[in-house]
Amino acid sequence: MKLDILKRLGFYALVTIIVLQALFPFYYAILTSLEDGQALFEINYLPEALNFINYQSMLSGGVFGKQILNSVFVASVVVIISLTLAVTAAYALSRIRFRGRGLLLLTILSVSMFPQIAVLAGLFEVIRWLGLFNSLWALVFSYMIFTLPFTVWVLTTFMRNLPIEIEEAAIMDGASSLTIIRRVFLPLMWPAMVTTGLLAFIHAWNEFLFALTFLSTDGQRTVPVAIAMISGRSEFEIPWGNIMAASVIVTLPLVALVLIFQRKIVSGLTAGAVKG
Amino acid sequence: MAAVDLINVSKSYGSVEVLRDINLSLQKGEFVVFVGPSGCGKSTLLRMIAGLEDVTSGELRIANEPMNDVLPAKRGISMVFQSYALYPHMSVFENMAFGLEQAKLSKAEIIERVHEAAEMLQLTPLLKRKPKQLSGGQRQRVAIGRAITRDPRVFLFDEPLSNLDAALRVDTRLEIKALHERLPETTMIYVTHDQVEAMTLADRIVVLSDGRVEQIGTPMELYNKPASKFVAGFIGSPKMNFLTGALAESHGAQTYGIRPEHITISDSKGDWQGRVILREELGSDTFVHVAVEGIGKVNVRVAGSYEIGASETVFLSPQPGNAHYFDASGQPIA
Repeated sequence: MKLDILKRLGFYALVTIIVLQALFPFYYAILTSLEDGQALFEINYLPEALNFINYQSMLSGGVFGKQILNSVFVASVVVIISLTLAVTAAYALSRIRFRGRGLLLLTILSVSMFPQIAVLAGLFEVIRWLGLFNSLWALVFSYMIFTLPFTVWVLTTFMRNLPIEIEEAAIMDGASSLTIIRRVFLPLMWPAMVTTGLLAFIHAWNEFLFALTFLSTDGQRTVPVAIAMISGRSEFEIPWGNIMAASVIVTLPLVALVLIFQRKIVSGLTAGAVKG
Repeated sequence: MAAVDLINVSKSYGSVEVLRDINLSLQKGEFVVFVGPSGCGKSTLLRMIAGLEDVTSGELRIANEPMNDVLPAKRGISMVFQSYALYPHMSVFENMAFGLEQAKLSKAEIIERVHEAAEMLQLTPLLKRKPKQLSGGQRQRVAIGRAITRDPRVFLFDEPLSNLDAALRVDTRLEIKALHERLPETTMIYVTHDQVEAMTLADRIVVLSDGRVEQIGTPMELYNKPASKFVAGFIGSPKMNFLTGALAESHGAQTYGIRPEHITISDSKGDWQGRVILREELGSDTFVHVAVEGIGKVNVRVAGSYEIGASETVFLSPQPGNAHYFDASGQPIA
């Protein structure tokens, strides 16, 4: 009986620690973003005043709005192109027998193992050669290097678990390969697509190194770099309030996306584990 | 007129030959069952007729038209899969309509055909449900309904009953039989490894073994005049007794075969004397396994119940005229 209570206490203590560790930094960012001037440097754990001046100055002052749109554009296009290519590639890799299929799959996986920094210099040359420097398409192009292997792998595994007889039934019904993908596979693959799409989106949204290297002007930057480059009135001042406000603003879309697709993500992550 | 012809059809995967020189001619409206042990190539043969597998060599004709290179959907066939293969995200109606949509039929005609098939299979109240809301038997009926709506010349069944429980299997077997009677123009090809399904459903049975046709014939032909020792052992339940040794040699054969139901048992007199090893009671029948001296183990089928204890002595008499003789290569000796 006593042990039971202790066990429960221990359990909840652990949960509290984990939740605090995960959420406190973000909570403190929100707290800081609502403060201004000297209040920034006073340690407090509860909001003392709701001061939206930082948000105001971020959203009204210049290019931050444009930079958010840049991020939305890059991340969305990366997701759309990755998923389109990955679904068709997954179909081929999981359903069509051809020589070198295993090798191809391993190659795709190994591409995603290169550290970003290792490909940076070479990629820079490619992007200059393509004439994409300081263009958002440079980011779309380079992010695909990391999102495609991942999406192709996850979708290939998922598609392999779909019973082949369903596809054969569709063939008997006279459906073409594209119709099979569109009318039969896509509806069954939504959970996997949403999950991988979201992870690709988050990756593209947060990416820093390529965004820093391939873009040179403020108007083209995406938010992670833009936030890092927010500067104060002098080089000795770090505008914590603005930085925190910007961080909160760019986190919200991700939180919203995850909440919207929450159910699909759960079923996507466990898909194939148990026969439905 | 022949509905389906297979002329010297072979199939190999790389150097592995799974079917050799199959020659078959199926009549219009016939119910033909392909039966054989697993790995004999019966499913592959069906899938070749469906167009899901290529024909390596030989010719496949449906209604006298060469079909080797025709797309599955253009062959005038429908197939019912072992796992039903319903589209899980579509309602029963959409499942049955999908093939018709692909064939670009008008909306009105699609609705009419689906409702007609649903009526025939008592699926009308289920049309709006999703497959996962249906029982196994209902799913099976939807799979059959999906095949019917396409109004095929040839109906293919790939072990359609193996996912159902025993009681439902018997019911569905009867429904398939009734369906065949309602569609007398439609040729049906049915694959199974269960010889009871084959015997009860078929007009003709094709027994396959190891990629070859062992025998083609009506169920009773196969039962009465098996063309090989393999067919003799495969058709009939329980299995035919195969006895070797002096008894077979006295008839100039390698193997002497007698079905359990063709042996009379007695506790006082008979041709063979032996001791009971085991007794299986089914209610309607009793199977008595007897060790006969100098001959071997013999299984005897007795109608009704037969009270006898283990290791008691019994006498057996094979019924004259029902014995089968096979030579060393398994060929029958007349």
